[in-house]
Amino acid sequence: MLNGFSDLLAFHLFKLVPGTRLGEAIHFFIYDTLKIFLLLSTIIFVVAVIRSYFPPEKTRRILSQKRQYLGNVLAALLGIVTPFCSCSAVPLFIGFVESGVPLGVTFSFLVSSPMVNEVALILLWGLFGWKIALLYIGTGVTVAILSGIVIGQLRMEKYVQDYVYETKVGEMSLAAQTFKEKLRYAREYTVDLLKKIWPYVLVGIGIGGFIHGYAPADFLVRYAGKGNPFAVPLAVLIGVPLYSNAAGVIPIVQALMEKGLPMGTVLAFMMAVTALSFPEAVILKNVLKMRLLLTFFGIVAAAIVVVGYLFNAIL
Amino acid sequence: MVKIQILGTGCPKCRQLTEAAKTAAKEAGIEFQIEKVTDIQKIMAFGVMSTPALVVNGVVKVSGRVPSIEEIKGMIINNA
Repeated sequence: MLNGFSDLLAFHLFKLVPGTRLGEAIHFFIYDTLKIFLLLSTIIFVVAVIRSYFPPEKTRRILSQKRQYLGNVLAALLGIVTPFCSCSAVPLFIGFVESGVPLGVTFSFLVSSPMVNEVALILLWGLFGWKIALLYIGTGVTVAILSGIVIGQLRMEKYVQDYVYETKVGEMSLAAQTFKEKLRYAREYTVDLLKKIWPYVLVGIGIGGFIHGYAPADFLVRYAGKGNPFAVPLAVLIGVPLYSNAAGVIPIVQALMEKGLPMGTVLAFMMAVTALSFPEAVILKNVLKMRLLLTFFGIVAAAIVVVGYLFNAIL
Repeated sequence: MVKIQILGTGCPKCRQLTEAAKTAAKEAGIEFQIEKVTDIQKIMAFGVMSTPALVVNGVVKVSGRVPSIEEIKGMIINNA
């Protein structure tokens, strides 16, 4: 059906000729755009409804009774569905730590939440296929679990800013939302999010549609291709200070892939951009002493590098 | 007199919520005072973990999102 509609638009409305380069590029672009936006709106909406059942207060309650390992796994998984915005990182961190969520478990959540989500899943799925999408989600969760376990083992509780432990956290009871309200919020959330990310998604698809077949292997591949063992750490090093959500980084990811960079290097770059950033470091400095902040960034970056090499080896 | 507090550490959404709350209170024609709470200790005392949050007469009404003006009006009127 989507294909038929794309035919109609490209070949009848725009009077392009099938089989020509421009005609096929436009057709591909229309088809992919329809497909991805349809997927995005449906899945963001469904996830938003699911999310309304996992407010941070509930996640905290679930995690506060959990020990290491199981706690890290749960935290990384809950990070996928719990709404999170880096501007809320400070109250969230204090809330978790204060209610007895172990430090390492809290970090598993902080890593997974921005990096692994439905937007990343759909965009990778729509542009590169479901295998890549699942691989990204699976390894993203793994990076979050492992980093959290390592930080927990290092016993760095004393490198949390002192006031965090002295902060009194109050009890809040919001009126429960009816299902109808949940649906309304999910709709608003979906529209808001789509409004914010559509330009990035279009550019990402556009790069796939138009550069496809045009892009010759060039210097990027020569220097950052499979032959260079330092390409993965370099990609992570460049990605760490940059800040973007999954949608914003997609055009770059698409361009790098078209240039022939190996999948592992590109996905490692995407993880580094979404999981860690300079602004996030500034925000987390409010609750972490420098030593723990650097340890956190170092461990997550190292885990992403390992995952990058792993992808390059198996793909 | 309704006391409205906006909890948040200064993200764009906190400003949006402040504006929306002002508009809602004016449209509802209710006497009000509005205060922005940016101190993290005070925010935590309300038990709020996702900002921005809207507090009316000391009770947290919304956390982690910006409600519509109509919705805020309802929350203010019920507490006037």
